Amino acid sequence: MSTNISTPRGTAAVKQKKRRASTLAGRDALWGYLFILPQLLGFLIFVVGPLIAVIVFSTQDRNLLFGTATPVGLDNYRTLLTGDALFWQVMQNTLYFSLLLVPLNIVVALALALALARPFRGAHLFRLVYFAPVVTAAAAWAIVWRFILQGENGTLNQFLRLVGIDGPNWLHDPFWAMQAVIATRVLKNVGLNIVVLLGAILNIPAQYEEAARVDGAGSWRVFWNIKLPLLAPALLFVSVITLIGSLKVFDHIMLMTAGGPGNSTMVLVYYIYYQAFQFFQTGYASALAVVLFVVTLGLTILQWVLRKEEIQ
Amino acid sequence: MKKRVFANRYAFTRWLGAALLLALLIISTIPFIFPFWWMIIGSLKNPTEIFAFPPTLLPKAWQWQNYVEVFRYQPYALHYFNSVYIAVLVTIGTLFVASLSGYAFARIPFPGRSVLFILLLSSIMMPAEVLIIPNFFMMKMLGLSDTHFPLIAIPILGAPAVVGTFMMRQFFVSIPREIEDAATVDGANRFGIFWHVALPVATPALGGLAILTYLASWNLFLEPLVFLDSINLWTIPLSLRNFVDPYGAPLWHLQLAATTLSVLPILIIYVVAQRQIVDSFATSGVKG
Repeated sequence: MSTNISTPRGTAAVKQKKRRASTLAGRDALWGYLFILPQLLGFLIFVVGPLIAVIVFSTQDRNLLFGTATPVGLDNYRTLLTGDALFWQVMQNTLYFSLLLVPLNIVVALALALALARPFRGAHLFRLVYFAPVVTAAAAWAIVWRFILQGENGTLNQFLRLVGIDGPNWLHDPFWAMQAVIATRVLKNVGLNIVVLLGAILNIPAQYEEAARVDGAGSWRVFWNIKLPLLAPALLFVSVITLIGSLKVFDHIMLMTAGGPGNSTMVLVYYIYYQAFQFFQTGYASALAVVLFVVTLGLTILQWVLRKEEIQ
Repeated sequence: MKKRVFANRYAFTRWLGAALLLALLIISTIPFIFPFWWMIIGSLKNPTEIFAFPPTLLPKAWQWQNYVEVFRYQPYALHYFNSVYIAVLVTIGTLFVASLSGYAFARIPFPGRSVLFILLLSSIMMPAEVLIIPNFFMMKMLGLSDTHFPLIAIPILGAPAVVGTFMMRQFFVSIPREIEDAATVDGANRFGIFWHVALPVATPALGGLAILTYLASWNLFLEPLVFLDSINLWTIPLSLRNFVDPYGAPLWHLQLAATTLSVLPILIIYVVAQRQIVDSFATSGVKG
């Protein structure tokens, strides 16, 4: 087939083909724009526009109920930084939630992924089980766990009583409510990280481990000196994604604790919702939303930078 | 005895280690399985047995009428229908929009393609929670706030579908160009090639995206909470928390029955199509 091109007839055919291709390319470009048009318009209307709007709103005193909007400059941000004790508690709660959730999630995910990496009969059944909460609605998961963790007559405490332990009122104790929300959230989403890490572990060439074993390394050394360094990029990726996701937690907390007791589980997105749609302070809530945006943006950029370094 | 079964002591300790690991793994599944089990069992108990001590692992008297009561207590059938039809429309719309632009970004060269692609991709990191206030005002201005329109239009045209565009682009990049050449010779235009040649090949990718999109819509909570007021417009997640007595205390037998009805169909589909569902989640990989 390739010999054909060197003959004069072949060259002419190629030239003709090229000319036709260039006019086709012009028409093709039009098709290209047409194809992406719906999404591009949607992007402008539902992403870019609202993003600009939320920044503008954050410099206004807006009330959802009265429909008023007066420009107040940076007042909302000033209030947030100096005049709103609840905001700092919310930020503290959010940080506590994320800083406990992410390591817990990653350690559990890594341990279970390592356990499932060695092929054995029924391994896929475990994966089936760990992943099931991921496809389940957060609302459903939260409702069932609220049922299990209720005070005196809750399931967990009843089972604890059977073995003689007097369990706390999990969701009405400021300390335990937060732990309960974190633990059940890990159970909800850890399956996804198990699957991602399992993929990364199975991608490690078997020769590495074999070579180390021949040199007399035990399982722990193989894990610590070979697998863990090779998994570092995947672990980093999974950690940042989990961190960003944890900053957006809402339904889970609303349905389990409603931010309580005494605001002890009130996190940033819940506070945005509370200020905007319960308290009708949409201007102030917009300033809170901008805070969420800046934090997420910062983490996303950090992830890009780290991944670029990884590639280099 | 031991020596005959296991070639040496080393093999025995290995066997013991594996057995121990398996036992630990089985124990670790309890907090993942138990909530589903307990939800179903609780949904079949009567209100007093739910709180009986010691707890009963199976209902003493199976209360199937809880599942009838669920539909009498509030318009749960309507809520169910709302959730289904919204999720179906969102899925169809997302498949169309995402495969169109995913195909263009993979296959059609046009000026500014990579810049536009990166710009669009940037919206994946944008939390819906940041944009919900302005989106609410926009819908209110247009008189669409207490309707299903925002729950359908925003996922299809906004940031959520961009994940789909990314997935579809990755797929279309991977299929060989020769498949399209025959159609080009036949004089089909780009849309014809896309519709008759590229899309049929993309069925597996479309299937994965369809599952992700359906579930995302089905599980949505904040958006319906913000946009919907009228009880007849509610979707399942809003409905679930409304099985309460006049004082706001949950009627657990009903709440658990309604939750079971919302979770069970998804779980059955999940068990049947396990591999594909897990894979599509892993490739899109965005959740905390």
